[in-house]
Amino acid sequence: MTINPIRCLALAVFLAGLPLSANAWQETVGFNRDIRPLLSDRCFHCHGPNEHDRQAGLRLDHAEGIAAVVEPGSPDDSELWNRLTAGENEVMPPADSHKPRLTPDELDQVRRWIEQGGQWEDFWAFVPVHRPKIPVVDNPAWNRSPIDALVYRQLQERGMSPSPRADRRTLLRRLSLDLTGLPPTPRQIRRFLSDREPAAWERAVDRMLDSPGYGEHMTRYWLDLVRFADTNGIHHDHFRNMSPYRDWVIRSFNQNLPWNEFVTWQLAGDLVPEPTQDQLVASGFNRLHMIIDVGTALPEESLHRNVVDRVTAVGTAFLGLTVQCAVCHDHKYDPLTARDFYALAGFFNNLDAQPETGHRRGDDFRRGLQAPYISLASPHQQSRLDEFTRQIGEWDSRIAALQQAAAGEDLPGTPATDGRKDPEVREDPEVREDPEVREDPEVKEDPELLAARAAREALLRQRTALEDAIDFAMVMKERAEPRPSYLLVRGEYDNPGEPVARNTPAFLPPLDPSGWPATRLDLANWLVRPDHPLLARVTVNRFWQQLFGRGLVRTSEDFGAQGQGPTHPELLDWLASELVESGWDVKRLMKQIVMSETWRQSSVAPADLIAADPDNRWLARGSRYRLDAEVIRDLILSSSGLLVREMYGRSVKPPQPPGLWRTVNMPGSFPNRYEPDPGDARYRRSLYTFWKRSMPPPQMTLLDAPTRESCIARRERTNTPLQALLLLNEAEYLKAAGRLAGQVLAVDNLDTAARIERAYEAVTGRLPDRQEQEALQQLLDRLQAEYQARPRLAAQLSGDGAPAGDVTRSELAAWTMLVSTLYNLDMTRTRY
Amino acid sequence: MNPALHPALSLHNQLQARRQFLRCSAMGLGTAALSSLLPQNGAARTVPESRAPARQVIFLFMAGAPSQIDLFDYKPHLKDRFRQPLPESISMGQRVTAMTRGQQQLIAPSKYKFSQRGEGGNWMCELFPYLGGVADELCIVNSLNTNAINHDPAKTFVCTGSEIPGKASMGAWLSYGLGSLNRDLPDFIVLTSAYWTGGTRNTQALYARLWGSGFLPSRHQGVAFQSSGDPVLFLSNPGGVDRAIRRHMLDTLGTLNEKHFSEFADPEIRTTIAQQEMAFRMQSSVPELTDLSTEPESVRQLYGPEVEKSGSFARNCLLARRMIERGVRFVQVFHRGWDHHSILPQQLPGQCFDVDQPSAGLLTDLRQRGLLDNTMVVFAGEFGRTVYCQGNLTNDDYGRDHHPRCFSGWLAGGGIRGGMTYGKTDDFSYNVAENPVAIRDLHATILHQLGIDHNRLTFPFQGLDQKLTGVEPARVVREILA
Repeated sequence: MTINPIRCLALAVFLAGLPLSANAWQETVGFNRDIRPLLSDRCFHCHGPNEHDRQAGLRLDHAEGIAAVVEPGSPDDSELWNRLTAGENEVMPPADSHKPRLTPDELDQVRRWIEQGGQWEDFWAFVPVHRPKIPVVDNPAWNRSPIDALVYRQLQERGMSPSPRADRRTLLRRLSLDLTGLPPTPRQIRRFLSDREPAAWERAVDRMLDSPGYGEHMTRYWLDLVRFADTNGIHHDHFRNMSPYRDWVIRSFNQNLPWNEFVTWQLAGDLVPEPTQDQLVASGFNRLHMIIDVGTALPEESLHRNVVDRVTAVGTAFLGLTVQCAVCHDHKYDPLTARDFYALAGFFNNLDAQPETGHRRGDDFRRGLQAPYISLASPHQQSRLDEFTRQIGEWDSRIAALQQAAAGEDLPGTPATDGRKDPEVREDPEVREDPEVREDPEVKEDPELLAARAAREALLRQRTALEDAIDFAMVMKERAEPRPSYLLVRGEYDNPGEPVARNTPAFLPPLDPSGWPATRLDLANWLVRPDHPLLARVTVNRFWQQLFGRGLVRTSEDFGAQGQGPTHPELLDWLASELVESGWDVKRLMKQIVMSETWRQSSVAPADLIAADPDNRWLARGSRYRLDAEVIRDLILSSSGLLVREMYGRSVKPPQPPGLWRTVNMPGSFPNRYEPDPGDARYRRSLYTFWKRSMPPPQMTLLDAPTRESCIARRERTNTPLQALLLLNEAEYLKAAGRLAGQVLAVDNLDTAARIERAYEAVTGRLPDRQEQEALQQLLDRLQAEYQARPRLAAQLSGDGAPAGDVTRSELAAWTMLVSTLYNLDMTRTRY
Repeated sequence: MNPALHPALSLHNQLQARRQFLRCSAMGLGTAALSSLLPQNGAARTVPESRAPARQVIFLFMAGAPSQIDLFDYKPHLKDRFRQPLPESISMGQRVTAMTRGQQQLIAPSKYKFSQRGEGGNWMCELFPYLGGVADELCIVNSLNTNAINHDPAKTFVCTGSEIPGKASMGAWLSYGLGSLNRDLPDFIVLTSAYWTGGTRNTQALYARLWGSGFLPSRHQGVAFQSSGDPVLFLSNPGGVDRAIRRHMLDTLGTLNEKHFSEFADPEIRTTIAQQEMAFRMQSSVPELTDLSTEPESVRQLYGPEVEKSGSFARNCLLARRMIERGVRFVQVFHRGWDHHSILPQQLPGQCFDVDQPSAGLLTDLRQRGLLDNTMVVFAGEFGRTVYCQGNLTNDDYGRDHHPRCFSGWLAGGGIRGGMTYGKTDDFSYNVAENPVAIRDLHATILHQLGIDHNRLTFPFQGLDQKLTGVEPARVVREILA
């Protein structure tokens, strides 16, 4: 690594400034940036939007309130200053609030802000997006993209300078992981390295954006946000099949469905005039919440919980607001009233469905379905279905006729059961047979009747089997008569107050419905209107977070007063306006970001820069962070050649340690046992893995994947010994190591160094240098000696399959452990 | 530094940075132990670790909700009201579950005998002979109460302080707030029964969220030990890998990771090295922990015959004691199966047999080793059961529905006063009549004994300073402190 003397100097200046106030470089104190967060945290609870808790009639979240306690220019004449610095009995916040007092630094900011005029600013996230003027900076390379110019200017203001571009291998790996969640193959690397033309990078970017893996990877983030899972999550935690929704999301990202449509269809695809199948499937967004099965809770309460969950999802995913805080009372920090909440709830309380899933019987139960749903049968499947139904109908008539003849009496209108017997689900010992569907013992055992019945049964079984292969998608559907929404007192489902008409919160742009009552489609149209202050900002921030490891607004789930303000407000607005003005073109936005110098910086940095900006807030270097659980697993499968690239479909069950479900399941939970899939299904990409909410796959949760019980906009990233154990010992990961070892050994005429290089490149995307080569050769020698001395151990590791060619078992075992070592490098599981 | 950063988070970050620094320096000395000994949220401590009455907690969670009327809350006069309707002046329109809605509420007295045990004279049921023998260690609370009426939200409430999934669990809070007492084991371990004397008919579901970290970093989540296979997931080396080979591999990993650290300077790389070494140590420390062969017969006998069965509650109690000895901060033992909607008298004795001798044995064992003074043991379910019957009603056969308004549990050790009963219910064990203890009060009391002010143990998430005790005021139940 070369040392950039100018940067070191800049850094020295920067660090020299540190012992002063943390804001020494900031000439002016901004209300939104510096003061509002302090007031929100320490004061809003009693002097904020919540009327009920408001003390002394003072609210500090309003311009008038601030004006009442701030004397511009003179802190000592300002009540705000005097109370923040008063003696024990008068000081704010008071001791019984359990809120910490302002620190000397924070007080200094307040003082300077008042001295500078004490100006109020409207809250940044609720004002329309303002497309900023793009500065011209003194570095030509950083003037090509507005992203870079805006980042560069803020670096300069802090006396920092950017890092050089990362090397090309690193860039390609970063690009591939960030856009597709898969590592580049050695072939892709060579192709890129041999393309020396200026447009090589753009071509690589386009290839990634056009690859199917892009949509899968984008979808994986979306599934966290909308809490997609394969079980209900409550009580028995039964199976729930929402996979057609996942397929639709993947296709939408790959086809680059404009974001406004992506949002609209999910919220209200069912209300679009003459909805397409895709639009209906998308509306399944509203069916992704946890749901209880019938039997213990009260349906009224379940209905309430479902509605709260749906509204919360809209708040987190599209508004970046913690609307759920207003279920029981007005929001304490944001100008959102409980009334606002129930006005929103009115859009989501009218699903034409039971609020709880059905009893443990029947085809729907077995298929993880709950009405309303639509069939996604292909035309061919549908015509076969129709044919079965027709034939079954014929047998029904025949049987009825035979029964009549046998009984010798007139039985008008034999109950047409349509043949659906609600077969019991085997694993459930609690289900008793329904007496109504027992055979009638009165009927004589006429051979012809028996044969007819058998024929009909056979057809029924065939039809059921065919239906089992067909996908059904749970969708949204309005009841004919809208259900009124009430302001629930203290959020209690059985304590309705006044009725509330459907509407949007007053502090956001007004709803402009096609009529009253407004519909969910009106709500969707409201969200995607170009001047909506939140949707575009919240969206681009999450994409930025995906590409840099943290958002410009770190709290990507909360753009309210208690969230953190943007580090780069102008950049956030520029990206938001680009998204809207491009016709909500997501691929274009992703491309703009990965084409930027900002994104392409090296993540290699001097230790003092890392210490000065550990979270890389100011973007003076490339981001470096641990990959997500799914990416790590997919990387291991992909590099070893085990990955099966089949797309779409129902969730799959790769092996997991036995007995996990037993520790949480009830005897009647369906499915009750985890049975790993055989064959290829266990090597699909991780976004297809079956997700049981009460016990998600440990390969995922140990590495910070959420449970998918609630909407999560960003994951934690931890580093634990349990993760180390997982990556060291998980059987499938070791199998992958053995597989790659076998491949490397199978190549003819390679010396050991070349074989090590192949394995190293396949796993890390880099080539080993001399030091790394030596360390690995040494390891290999040791391992081979160990395994040669103990052939039984070697045989245990290589399993049943004898190694190909003249490779010995001890060789294969040693190489397997070498590859496993590569899989456990910090570097392998890190994006850098 | 970010001026907008919440002070608690800022402090947390500073401690993290310090931990990071110490970890790096410690690595230079060839050990990573120091980092784990540092407190992680010192702001919440009101007294230093050495002066707090309790250092560790064992929570015996009776999932499914045991019947307080049949076990602790003695109501002798109910015999005279057999089959009478519950007066409306008592039920006061209380909501019920979907299972007994619209049904008559007929009183079902307990069929079990009660007696006063120990010098303190705690009333206890005949199904708890061994617990009766340690009655003077127990503070029985008959006035616990909760909001939720169904298992899932109620269990989530007891374990995380909120009915809504997504919050941090009790043990995760303690791990976050107090840090580690040991260098080889997790701070928070969960044990679940996999064996029932009376069968699995009433085993209600559990959820990983009950020991999850919620919004806290996931390293604070409970580590659920398995009753079969590896006690810790992925603990064992795979076939064909022994300790020598693993050591070779880790040595090279360390060399290469260290080299990459010299290039990238990212302290996270050194954390990875430290965690891989910790994993290696756990490969010995966990089997040592779960190996009961060194436990003498006299100790095994304390826990009763079931201790020999893997996955039994008795076995888990003995394991819990070994964990406490080795510095695990919080052990939560789940025993399901208390959901006795019908044929309660057929089901309850087996459940009591499962837990009676083992939990009494646990207290005795801890006491003998001098550990009970600093270890608080809590025994409770998620709610209580109704005085009125669900299902068939005779003198010897009845069932009970869910009842959130009052239920019983007990606390022992860790500075709790033994041999006392706290809180009273009305004549029907239906409403709390005196000294209510809400779940948040129980949480506040546990935290208090560990030296934590529950109002100061906070974490900013979704715009709020999240607390285990939630937003409503909570009270430390000082009357039960020694």
